[in-house]
Amino acid sequence: MITILTDHWADLVSGVRITLSASLLALLGSLIIGVIFALFVISPLKPLRVLGNIYIEIFRNIPLLVVALFFYIVIPQFVVQIDGFTAGTIGLTIYTSAFIAETVRAGIESVDIGQMEAARSNGMTYLQAMTYIVLPQAIKIVIPPLGNQFVNLVKNSSVLAFLAGFDLMYQANLIVSSTLKTTDTYLAVGLLYLLMTMPLSYLMRYLEKRWAKQPAND
Amino acid sequence: MQNFIDAYSWLNMRFLFEGLWVTIYVSVISVVLSFIIGAILGFVRYVKVKYLSMIVGFVIDLIRNLPLLLIIFFMYFGLPSTLGIRLNTVAAAIVALTVFESAMLAEIIRSGIASVDHGQMEAARSNGMSYLQAMWYIILPQALRRMVPPIVSQFVSLVKDSSLATIILLPELMYHAQIIYGQNSNYMIPMFAALAVLYFAICFLLSRLSRALAKRLK
Repeated sequence: MITILTDHWADLVSGVRITLSASLLALLGSLIIGVIFALFVISPLKPLRVLGNIYIEIFRNIPLLVVALFFYIVIPQFVVQIDGFTAGTIGLTIYTSAFIAETVRAGIESVDIGQMEAARSNGMTYLQAMTYIVLPQAIKIVIPPLGNQFVNLVKNSSVLAFLAGFDLMYQANLIVSSTLKTTDTYLAVGLLYLLMTMPLSYLMRYLEKRWAKQPAND
Repeated sequence: MQNFIDAYSWLNMRFLFEGLWVTIYVSVISVVLSFIIGAILGFVRYVKVKYLSMIVGFVIDLIRNLPLLLIIFFMYFGLPSTLGIRLNTVAAAIVALTVFESAMLAEIIRSGIASVDHGQMEAARSNGMSYLQAMWYIILPQALRRMVPPIVSQFVSLVKDSSLATIILLPELMYHAQIIYGQNSNYMIPMFAALAVLYFAICFLLSRLSRALAKRLK
């Protein structure tokens, strides 16, 4: 295992870099899309609510691999040439945004309805009340599950291996095919994945416990 | 339009449904096995046996923080050189999914049991029940109610995740669809549409079922 790490260090590091950048880009993208669809789902306008729910239900119930392969295989054929990394990141973004939308919606709904009413009766518009009063309070509730979504993203980004995305999993398979040392390689790569995911998921568990003890709106 | 009609020929549809059948039975076997293993592990973690619970907890955390794809690769390509065991694709997929899902379910079951109020156990014990009686008749039925929705949504993830086993050539839905559009690129869009619809149908039905179950148990 040590020899795999030392002999292929450069490949593994570039794999880690790709895995992390795909995950970070996808987190950023899915955060934006997720918040938008969460706002749709709780909005007072029925068409927006329906649209939001359809989006969330569709992408929560289709495998990530189907979404990612769609962007890797179908889109280049008919629309525009994109590489595995881009296709995978777009797929990850869309897939994760549905889960983030659910998380953010639950976070917003956990903020007392009186906060919105109070803000509105003080003369704020719906959007002002949402932006300045409700969303800031929801953030604290939403951070631990969002952190867990990032952990999921790092794990899920291994689908890039299907799309020649040069992520850590893809590098692992390249190393396996050149050295034939399957056990050592997968153990080494597993260790690298754990270094990326474990600290964050323990941190999120700690925050969840700590913030659960105190009221959400301080 | 003609592409769709050709793509959904009797022969292709039968081939797709053969894949769907493999997806379903691999998922069902894995979920049953991982429920049993997960229940045992979750219970061990809950009762806090010295050292044992800590080790079990750590192993569960390790598995939960690894990409499923890595576990699939390891079971199929790594096991022969590690333990000298060569699993066929179906067995490797079932073992990998079971290992991964057991860890997920153990965590759900542990927190489900932990969420039942302490007073319940104390009241049952002071009414003369043994620990196991109290656990079986008082705690578990209440915990089960809270565990049903997360367990079913874990089952939904399992059905989706089984598509990853296409990489070890498990003849499931995703793999069969790839074979069909591999023969004729005109069938690409119809096949992706079929994949989306079929996965969505199973997963959506399951999540509706869980909602109905959760309501009835209340």
